[in-house]
Amino acid sequence: MSHDSHNHSHGHDHSHGGHELPFWRKYIFSTDHKVIGLQYGITAVFFLLFGFSLMLLMRWQLAFPKQAIPLIGKLFTEDGVLSPELYNQFGAMHGTIMVFLGVVPLAVGAFGNYLVPLQVGAHDMAFPKLNMMSYWVYFVGGIVMLLSFMTPTGAAASGWTSYPPLSVVNGPGEGFWGGLFTGQSMWLLGMVFLITSSLLGSVNTIVTAIQLRVKGLSFMRWPVLVWAQVTTAFLLLLAFPPLEAAGIMQLMDRVGGTSFFMPSGLVVSGEAWKASGGGNPILWQHLFWFLAHPEVYVLILPAVGIVGEIIAVNTKKPLYGYKTLVYSVLFLGFMSFIVWAHHMFMTGMGVTMSTFFQATTMIISVPSVIILTTYLLTLWGASIRYTVPMLFATAFLPMFAIGGLTGLPLGLTASDIHLHDTYYVIGHFHYVVAPGTLFALMAGVYHWYPKISGRFMSDTLGKIHFWLSVIAINGVFMPMFFMGMAGVSRRLYDQTVYAHGLAAQPLNVIMSVSAWILAIAQLPFLYNMATSWKWGKKAESNNPWGATTLEWAASSPPPHENFTTPVEVYRAPYEYSSNKKLLPQFVQEA
Amino acid sequence: MEQPKYGFWLPPNISTHGAEIDNLISAVHWFMAVLFIGWGLYLVYCLFKFRERPGHEADVTGNAHFILPKYIEIGIIVIEACLLIFFSAPIWARVKQDFPKESEALVVKVTAEQFAWTIHYPGRDGKFGQLKNELIDGTNPTGLDRNDPNGVDDIISPNFLNIPVNKKIIVQLSAKDVIHNFFLPVMRVKQDAIPGMTIPLWFEATQTGKFEIACAQLCGVGHTQMRGFFNVMTQEEYDAWYNEEEKSLLGDAATATEPTGENK
Repeated sequence: MSHDSHNHSHGHDHSHGGHELPFWRKYIFSTDHKVIGLQYGITAVFFLLFGFSLMLLMRWQLAFPKQAIPLIGKLFTEDGVLSPELYNQFGAMHGTIMVFLGVVPLAVGAFGNYLVPLQVGAHDMAFPKLNMMSYWVYFVGGIVMLLSFMTPTGAAASGWTSYPPLSVVNGPGEGFWGGLFTGQSMWLLGMVFLITSSLLGSVNTIVTAIQLRVKGLSFMRWPVLVWAQVTTAFLLLLAFPPLEAAGIMQLMDRVGGTSFFMPSGLVVSGEAWKASGGGNPILWQHLFWFLAHPEVYVLILPAVGIVGEIIAVNTKKPLYGYKTLVYSVLFLGFMSFIVWAHHMFMTGMGVTMSTFFQATTMIISVPSVIILTTYLLTLWGASIRYTVPMLFATAFLPMFAIGGLTGLPLGLTASDIHLHDTYYVIGHFHYVVAPGTLFALMAGVYHWYPKISGRFMSDTLGKIHFWLSVIAINGVFMPMFFMGMAGVSRRLYDQTVYAHGLAAQPLNVIMSVSAWILAIAQLPFLYNMATSWKWGKKAESNNPWGATTLEWAASSPPPHENFTTPVEVYRAPYEYSSNKKLLPQFVQEA
Repeated sequence: MEQPKYGFWLPPNISTHGAEIDNLISAVHWFMAVLFIGWGLYLVYCLFKFRERPGHEADVTGNAHFILPKYIEIGIIVIEACLLIFFSAPIWARVKQDFPKESEALVVKVTAEQFAWTIHYPGRDGKFGQLKNELIDGTNPTGLDRNDPNGVDDIISPNFLNIPVNKKIIVQLSAKDVIHNFFLPVMRVKQDAIPGMTIPLWFEATQTGKFEIACAQLCGVGHTQMRGFFNVMTQEEYDAWYNEEEKSLLGDAATATEPTGENK
């Protein structure tokens, strides 16, 4: 690996010769995958907090409808009450920001970028400049999304799914430029940037993981995290282009007078809609969900990878059924392309179509159960070390199980009739993404922090963060299943308008209070992350957890080009030595 | 008519097909509960039994091979397949595909718009008058052409769907502007209303009472306010209401010549 030719092609070797790169080349427009990974991570955490804050405000309105938000309400509206306009904007932007600007950039952009080259023993990504471009295109996309709040009509307000015709008729604006400078148009423009960024990143991950493998690292010796990231990259690469095209088409519907998604004969607010018509709003839903269902697996697979690594290290034994696990991840990735229409059961679907999509949906539960089972079986006969990352990784298992299981009544069309578009759905996917993926990502932060900074995060603060979060987050999402059962629709500004909504309203108060506690629970985490960088306990060695994968062969933090001495892989990722201890991949047993 | 009781679980069901859906929801949740409790107990046991402690070593031999999970996995596949083949798919076919004959049912048009429902009865001739976009105004939300012979006796009922009990109802659902969703929680009915399409659905109420129509698809700033009402009445009450509506539309003369009672 050390003789890999590409490293000599982009002139970074000069940095070894004494003259340092200037600050802006080293930390701003860097091509080093570790710096880019951190840039992704910091930006994504900012957006996660921003998207979370939007929800914290919305939760006031949901718990105490039409009462003024205390202290800060006057910042948003004159009387301090969150208006339905702002509520819809915050709702749409909460979803968009959490998914496309928060979780995916953190899971793929940060963890994938930082760890995949290290775990395959590469000196950097295969295309470092493409990598830099990927980050900056993402950054621009994020700025466009933020700026959309400044437009005269405010940000996008048609949900994160942006279903036409609503998304086309919402605040259309005057003329081409007026139409472009509206929240909904800027949302579409921002999405085009974000999708482009994902495409650039995914190409890089695939090529790096396959082409830059160090000597001895056959595919079946890849750590689970690499398998998960590569599968994710394929999903990004194949599923995202349709929505990129669809996004531009919807933008044209808004500003160019086309009607790809606009049917004939629309009458909006008593006025005939001025467009040729003949389009089909369902086409958008197909294109959107063709992206957005694989997207769900883009959210969950990197988490599966991270949890696998952490469980292997902290149970101090090999992962059970590594091969089964790998094939399950691949099968999951493949199946995720043919389940998308289960999001559209209520659009009017015949028996044949609905049976096909509910069958594929049931089939996709099989590899999910296998993944969960292999992790659970790994615990048998282990010696479990309860580090903070391990606490989060263990909590991931039952939380992901709840998220997965509650997908069943939604995936079966008949039970979906009642549960579709209710809070049950919100509870279901939040269990997958919040206490599922986000817990795994937090586990990852605690676990790799010593590698990234050379110092540990505080254990005490970590445990406070964990216990408060795990209790509060269930307080937020568990009541949603009951609310959904009661038939309360999602995205309602004030559910007490309805009799069944009023009856379920006390649950909203529980959820809101839990959400605010959850927010407070993140303060020790943020403080811990910031202060441990300088004042954390020093990691005594390059491999303080006794892990087996290649990133732990590099020094902490790894230098530019990662490995100062040549590395080689001698065995599969989770094997043990003759003295019954886990043995790193990079150590040749004497 | 007593008020329906709502709480933290399924609302009461008053439709002929709803019991099947409720049973499926219960069955799936029992299945989920068994799996989750099983996994949970195993997990808690492992977390305690295999914790790191002095004198306890991890078993890394890799010899452990578990047979049971394979059978659990097969069991899960079989149960899911049964739920799909014997319950979900047939129920879906009955609810969404096996429509009653129009001659035996009451057919109404429901048109959704921001942020109201327009219920359109075809009148005694059983035929809907033509809808013309250019006729839409504040008093005529769907643009019904009263000059069309079929449209003369049509009844328009904004936001109120009145139906007789124990009678099959066919709704022809569409939308004027954006996508809405026609959701009757107590009826276990939910269907997107999509502009440019007319989608039929049917149901039959088994009890009288006053209930709500909810919009279940984000349709704009007034989404929450898009509440409609539906009253399930006895046939006599329904006829009385219908005759009243008709009288106010056509005057006494028209109703006197027509037989009262069944309308198609």
